[in-house]
Amino acid sequence: MDSPSLQPLLLFVQSLISGILVGGVYALIGIGLTIIFGVMRIINFAHGDIMMIGMYLTFNLFTLAGVDPFVSIAVCIPVMFLFGGLLQKLFINRILNALPQNQILLTIGLGLIMSNTMMLIYTSDYKILTTDYSSSSFSLMGISISQPLAISFIITAVITAVLYWFLMKTDMGQAIRATAQDRQAAQLMGINVKRMSIIAFGLGAALAGTAGALISPTYYIFPQIGSTFTLKAFVITVLGGMGSVIGATLGGILIGIAESLGAVYISSGWKEVLVYVIFLLVLLFKPSGLLGKSRM
Amino acid sequence: MLKIDKLNFSYDDLKVLWDVDLEVNEGEIVTVLGSNGAGKSTTLKNISRLVSPDSGTISFAGHDLTRLEPHAVVETGVVQVPEGRRIFPEMSVRENLRMGSYTKNAKRERKENIERVFSLFPRLREREKQLGGTMSGGEQQMLAIARGLMANPRLLLLDEPSLGLAPLLVKDIFDIIREINRQGVTILLVEQNVYQSLRIAHRGYVLETGRVVLTGRGEDLLNNDHVKKAFLGM
Repeated sequence: MDSPSLQPLLLFVQSLISGILVGGVYALIGIGLTIIFGVMRIINFAHGDIMMIGMYLTFNLFTLAGVDPFVSIAVCIPVMFLFGGLLQKLFINRILNALPQNQILLTIGLGLIMSNTMMLIYTSDYKILTTDYSSSSFSLMGISISQPLAISFIITAVITAVLYWFLMKTDMGQAIRATAQDRQAAQLMGINVKRMSIIAFGLGAALAGTAGALISPTYYIFPQIGSTFTLKAFVITVLGGMGSVIGATLGGILIGIAESLGAVYISSGWKEVLVYVIFLLVLLFKPSGLLGKSRM
Repeated sequence: MLKIDKLNFSYDDLKVLWDVDLEVNEGEIVTVLGSNGAGKSTTLKNISRLVSPDSGTISFAGHDLTRLEPHAVVETGVVQVPEGRRIFPEMSVRENLRMGSYTKNAKRERKENIERVFSLFPRLREREKQLGGTMSGGEQQMLAIARGLMANPRLLLLDEPSLGLAPLLVKDIFDIIREINRQGVTILLVEQNVYQSLRIAHRGYVLETGRVVLTGRGEDLLNNDHVKKAFLGM
């Protein structure tokens, strides 16, 4: 394994795997955004800020109560689901039929309120959540794998599988998809589409918040971190085909890989360039997204 | 059973319905006729609460429908099969039927109802796993009606079920509507195919630019001079 000729291959596989691991969390954020878009045709520009709130929630649970960030997901999911459902009920449901620019302004505004509120409470200082495994890694066939990333990837895979089962197999999950495919026809089937919207936004927020919890051991925590993730989630959603859950999963992993390879082979300052080059190429040659579907 | 009283409705500044009175009795097939833009579909949309009337009342079996949300209208037993089929394209035939029986009351009889619609439309049983969006127009229309039946309707609203179908299929669809009615479902049918709908309807209403201009028994309307001239080209 240590022969010089294998070094380049090893480096490639190494960065590929860390890309996939990071991509899993991106997928979680993208899936949340795509479910919200699928059901309501609204792009949630507060998505990254919701993730940021999940980060602070995890940070507080860790510093105040000593809860492990991965265990805190058990709190994060229900709390963020309720938070998202409340946002939908109080604000978004009122603008479902409004002009797109008004919808954009509302979600951007909500995001600004979230990030500024957190700044008021926690200042804009970077916070670090250090666990005893934050920087530990294990070795698998000569490839070193970060322990927190590996755990978060497993959790992501389980959550995605459960979510997929929920959407495909349960009555309520199918009703959410029906609402996404034809809102009016869904109403004519006796589906309460306003309630489905509340559940969809709750799910989206829970996924974003969970992603926040998962990355909190490896990222700096600060109030403005949301905007870069909103952008990333948007790119992932477009890549996968707006509204497609499988598409967002693939899109997230693809972005993770692109960033990781970009950081290794170009430079870490330029890693985002590769992401946007892929984004532009997909827009140019396959504007409907990788899976070419716009429905859940 | 269904009673519409002085229904007025407008899209923004455009008034579409003027004092429409309409009644459907239990067990009947009632048809609403009229040319494009006469307000037929708009009347059904008002009943299902997809739009809100300017004034007037719509009552069904003791419920004031104008006070209900669209999904709650379905729970009272008023189920609409919309114009253009509107089936869920990324769902299989069976999933579409499952969504038809989403209400609590319909969920309980899901199994029996699936058997019932499969015997009414054997083609759907063969296509059970096919995605709704990949089926032909005629099959989609069958699925749309079957999906409506899954909701256990007491009153079934059908909006242009024969639109865009091949002539042979058109007759089938009307025969099936009559069969559904025989099984005990009251039907309010909106159609442009005047001859076929009057053939199966007990009573009919003729709408012109949003007003009821004529009403009567099916066969009387079929022989009415105005109907003959305006719709049957005779």
